[in-house]
Amino acid sequence: MIGLQHYLTISAMLFVLSIAGIIINRRNLILLLMCIELMLLAVNFNFIAFSRHLGDDTGQVFVFFILTVAAAEAAIGLAILVVLFRNRHSINVQELNEMKG
Amino acid sequence: MVDYYLTIVLAPLAAAIVAGLFGKQIGRAGSHWVTILAVGLSFVLSALVLKHMFLDGGTTENVSIYTWAVTDGLRMEVGFLVDRLTALMMVVVSFVSFMVHIYTIGYMHDDPGYQRFFSYISLFTFSMLMLVMSNNFLQLFFGWEAVGLVSYLLIGFWFKRESAIFANLKAFIVNRVGDFGFILGISAVVVMTGSLDYATVFADAESVAGQEIEVIAGSPWNAMSVICILLFIGAMGKSAQAPLHVWLPDSMEGPTPISALIHAATMVTAGIFMVARMSPLYEFSETALAVVIVIGAITAFFMGLLGVVQNDIKRVIAYSTLSQLGYMTVALGASAYGAAIFHLMTHAFFKALLFLAAGSVIIALHHEQDIRKMGGLRKYMPITYWTALIGSLALIGFPGSSGFFSKDLLIEAVRESHWHDTYSLVYWIAYLSVLLGVFVTALYSFRMFFLVFHGEERMDAETKSHVHESPAVVTVPLILLAIPSAVIGWLTVRDILFNDYFGESIFVVRAHDVLARLGEAFHGSLALFQHSVQTPVFWLAAAGAFTAWFLYLKRPDIPETIRSKVAGLYALLDNKYYMDDLYIKGFAAGGRSVGQFLWQKGDQLVIDGVLVNGTANSVGKLAGVMRQLQTGYLYTYAFAMIIGLTMLLSWLIWFR
Repeated sequence: MIGLQHYLTISAMLFVLSIAGIIINRRNLILLLMCIELMLLAVNFNFIAFSRHLGDDTGQVFVFFILTVAAAEAAIGLAILVVLFRNRHSINVQELNEMKG
Repeated sequence: MVDYYLTIVLAPLAAAIVAGLFGKQIGRAGSHWVTILAVGLSFVLSALVLKHMFLDGGTTENVSIYTWAVTDGLRMEVGFLVDRLTALMMVVVSFVSFMVHIYTIGYMHDDPGYQRFFSYISLFTFSMLMLVMSNNFLQLFFGWEAVGLVSYLLIGFWFKRESAIFANLKAFIVNRVGDFGFILGISAVVVMTGSLDYATVFADAESVAGQEIEVIAGSPWNAMSVICILLFIGAMGKSAQAPLHVWLPDSMEGPTPISALIHAATMVTAGIFMVARMSPLYEFSETALAVVIVIGAITAFFMGLLGVVQNDIKRVIAYSTLSQLGYMTVALGASAYGAAIFHLMTHAFFKALLFLAAGSVIIALHHEQDIRKMGGLRKYMPITYWTALIGSLALIGFPGSSGFFSKDLLIEAVRESHWHDTYSLVYWIAYLSVLLGVFVTALYSFRMFFLVFHGEERMDAETKSHVHESPAVVTVPLILLAIPSAVIGWLTVRDILFNDYFGESIFVVRAHDVLARLGEAFHGSLALFQHSVQTPVFWLAAAGAFTAWFLYLKRPDIPETIRSKVAGLYALLDNKYYMDDLYIKGFAAGGRSVGQFLWQKGDQLVIDGVLVNGTANSVGKLAGVMRQLQTGYLYTYAFAMIIGLTMLLSWLIWFR
């Protein structure tokens, strides 16, 4: 029988994977965006698992909200990415250090 | 009478403002007319006030006309205290000032600063009258500082001359030293009595004399001695007493009329006047009187000696002024205030006369002041010659002249003043130095007189061809000053010194009253005159004049021999006892190096370097370290965020 802890384990694995993606990835900005999406999905997993476990539908409503926001964020993120590429002809994360002190 | 007083004071002020601000509009003649008329008016009214006091038996008037401020019970007022002492001073000041105003027309004839000069001397007359007529310490201080200011302006009148600027700064700074003591003295008066008003303070004098004041914690001093000595330090600055005398000889850089008016006749006597005015205070402190007489004796004798080696005609007279001021101070110290004021009056006449005569010589020789380049002027300038002779005779105390009565009685008074038990030695030394001073006075006066008016003519041919008697505006004041120089002693000695002329305006403790004791032996001017040949004063003066004649006319080679024989002493005198060097190299240079140290080490190094720039630098350095954390890479920030989040969560889970 698949229980709550399996879901939580999967979710935690996804979350850690996405963090690792953000930290380790030094090439592609798109990968970063994808990792963020993945992180949000991991959170969604948690919401659904707990909603099911507690028998409370509110968690599922939250998931919809998060999906919507994630979509919007992805759209904005990609738009910024396009503008960035136009200006710098690169989306290499290692070259993006304008903020260096 | 109040209207009189106000007019006396304000007329010169109004004239000074008109001549100073509108000098261009009213022109040269306009500015000398307006100031001369104003000062003349002051003189006439002062003379009326004196007549009112002297002949009509007028009483002391003490009026406050304006209250400037009242703070914590301390009233700051403008007011006049006109008594017999004041009336005498007013006449002396306004008369000499009047004469000098007229004389200036001739002396400053071609000067571009003509209107400015008249404005200044009128302003001076106003300030001096404010000083002498004041009825409170605040107004006294106002007048005191105002005359100092005008003196500064006038010494530096020819402000393009380096030496004049040096001299006026020197005068100003040295006077600050004295004024520091003076204002501390006034403060002490306020602390002890809570009032600035003369009448109140004098009424409290006896009780103050019994109190003690701790200036330095742990050592109580007599309050009255502290007050009197502090006030006297002010007088030392203004009246150029040793060791604050150094400014007066240098002040001769100013035009001659002001040397006569300010640095001989009036302003420098302000200190003498002030001490006489404060006699109700000084009488209660024998210590202060001893200090006064010591300072006076030192000045009278040692400054006179310097006059013997000077070659600048005005500097000789300046040292003579110092010496005579020393005489007056000695008289103050001996409680013979009347004698001091009497000598002040006669000195004002004959010293102003001598200065103006010197000025007349200087104009005739086209601003040559070195007496070694003069000589034989007698036949070219008869009026100047005779008036200068009268002035010189009065200065040495020739029997019958005004200086004879004042100086002879002054010395007698000092001789009589060994009433003191504690300080009797001091009084004997003072007596000795004023007595020897007579010889020195005669020596330098007649040295100058003979070198200028007799002997061979040492000026160059070009100058000699132009020498002639000065115009009437110069000679008339000389004559008008020569008359009182000759006769005023004879006429007024009895009334001023022995008929209790000063009455309540000068207070003397009975035991100190040497003038009263002299008065018992006084049998009129004529008797004093006949008696004169029996006094050592006469013989010393005669010996001095004879020595001068012998050394500078008969055998002009001897002074040179003496000079080389006692080269060390000559160098000491020629360098004015090295006092200037001490002040300039010691105090002034010391002050500058302290300033330099504070500027470079204190300000630049500590304040600017460590505190101000140091703060900025250390912030910069810290920021330099901190900015290393800002890599600009997204993953660093993400990593930092996650670490932070982890730590926060760990804390929440395990430590809460």
